[in-house]
Amino acid sequence: MALNLDDIKRIAHLARIEVSDHEAQETLHKLSGILGLIEQMQAVDTTGITPMSHSQDVTQRLREDVVTKTNQRELFQSIAPATQDGLYLVPKVIE
Amino acid sequence: MINSSLKQLGQQLASKQISSVELTQAYLQRMAQLNPTINAYVTLDEEKTLAQAKAADARIAAGDAGPLTGIPLAQKDIFCAKGWRTTCSSKMLENFISPYDAHVISQFDAAGAVNLGKTNMDEFAMGSSNETSYFGGVKNPWDFDRVPGGSSGGSAAAVAARLCAAATGTDTGGSIRQPASLCGFTGLKPTYGLVSRYGMIAFASSLDQAGPMAKSAEDCALMMNVMAGFDERDSTSVNREKEDYTRGLSAMTGEQPLKGLRIGLPKEYFAEGLSADVAKVIETAVAEYQKLGADIVDISLPNNNLSIPVYYVLAPAEASSNLSRYDGVRYGHRAAEYDDLMEMYMKSRAEGFGAEVKRRILIGTYVLSAGYYDAYYLKAQQIRRLIAQDFVEAFKHCDVIMGPAAPSTAFKAGEKTNDPVAMYLEDLYTIAVNLAGLPGMSIPAGFATSTEGKALPVGLQIIGNYFDEARMLDVGHAYQQVTDWHTRMPEGI
Repeated sequence: MALNLDDIKRIAHLARIEVSDHEAQETLHKLSGILGLIEQMQAVDTTGITPMSHSQDVTQRLREDVVTKTNQRELFQSIAPATQDGLYLVPKVIE
Repeated sequence: MINSSLKQLGQQLASKQISSVELTQAYLQRMAQLNPTINAYVTLDEEKTLAQAKAADARIAAGDAGPLTGIPLAQKDIFCAKGWRTTCSSKMLENFISPYDAHVISQFDAAGAVNLGKTNMDEFAMGSSNETSYFGGVKNPWDFDRVPGGSSGGSAAAVAARLCAAATGTDTGGSIRQPASLCGFTGLKPTYGLVSRYGMIAFASSLDQAGPMAKSAEDCALMMNVMAGFDERDSTSVNREKEDYTRGLSAMTGEQPLKGLRIGLPKEYFAEGLSADVAKVIETAVAEYQKLGADIVDISLPNNNLSIPVYYVLAPAEASSNLSRYDGVRYGHRAAEYDDLMEMYMKSRAEGFGAEVKRRILIGTYVLSAGYYDAYYLKAQQIRRLIAQDFVEAFKHCDVIMGPAAPSTAFKAGEKTNDPVAMYLEDLYTIAVNLAGLPGMSIPAGFATSTEGKALPVGLQIIGNYFDEARMLDVGHAYQQVTDWHTRMPEGI
């Protein structure tokens, strides 16, 4: 699967990463090499093979639905880029 | 003192021959002298470090000491440590002060170990040479022109240059074993789920695993006794009874302590791509194991060559999801100028992430995007099962698998930075172990001479069956009883 510059810009938008034209060009070159490596997989017949997402045969452990943590809002917000009145500040989203 | 084992240091501390404060200061002085060149540590906090050393001395005086109480360790900067700057070597987290401790950090705190500082690494653990760090590359103590390997390169250099008694690392595709091989020390990647990932900054969650990096198998066993164990805060942590990883070590003496041990040699690990010098060292090490009583079995891991393509689908896919949390809202870097929310995200992430991290996020986003999921992500998970099944089949015929940990000795800085594919091939012998979730370790097995005539370390990889770490450490220890490669230090530092 060959990529072009528009593909790189579309992927970058999906990933929420700004890329300049120059970066897109460089990325195109390097990503194409990596995708070439990945393409080796297509030669393998995987019909009927169950995908392996976890290395152990385990099921997700659940805990009791009870509060176990204390509120540490101030501590966590002390490292935030911008907060006010206990809320995180971002640019206006709704007009 | 700086070349002493953890056990020796523990004995010296217990007998009050030295205090933890003295020992810690010795390391801090050595760090002040060597770290500006080697760049192994990215964050130091002498006040915190010495406070821990004083507390450890108080514990020792009160008769409340364990084997690691008072011992100065280096912590990879991927582990959140409360009150410590925790950066994952990224501009994104340049000013992040962790509000909590990772499980591994709290385990070492409880054991009374001293945190010497946070070590440099490839940004978000993405790399095989420690050249992608926002804080600059790390130098290999055996040859400053060469890389220490990645991503745990700072911890690796710190252990090799004796800038700590031992260190922690993490291994997603080989990031403990490959630098262990390139820097000449013992590093263990445990079975997936054996060490909690709580508070370890996530790269590829189904592969990431923390482990010890130390001078010897015995030191790694002592570290494992602290690191391993169930933690309910990590939903993938395996609930097993605590083990004593040192329990079998004392039996590894005498003529043939490994009599009857079956060592599998996968033919794929000795094929094209392996440097002749490395192959020679590995063959000599295997012959030594035969002298120790082990039997050699020829095995095959037929899908090993697919492990790199599979990894470079699965790891970036998981990374693209894990790194979506860095959006400039709650913590981390936020761009100075933007007009709307989308621009804030896009600029913050463009400025905060380095080139390799961006590349992997883009690959991950691509393979998970509409229309490509089945062809890439699902296909990779299916082949992952084939790779894991190869090991299940192999372990029917052998107890441990041996081979090289890396295809060559340490390469020169800059040699592979412009060719990601060449860099990715560095992990040819380590990645499959992560995909299968098995434990693997690298122990020093000898040296190969570089073109400039410098002796560079070579690591022997030992792969074990699930949760067979104790036996692997025995196997490593037996070899270290009859060889001295693990005691060698780089000259002149």
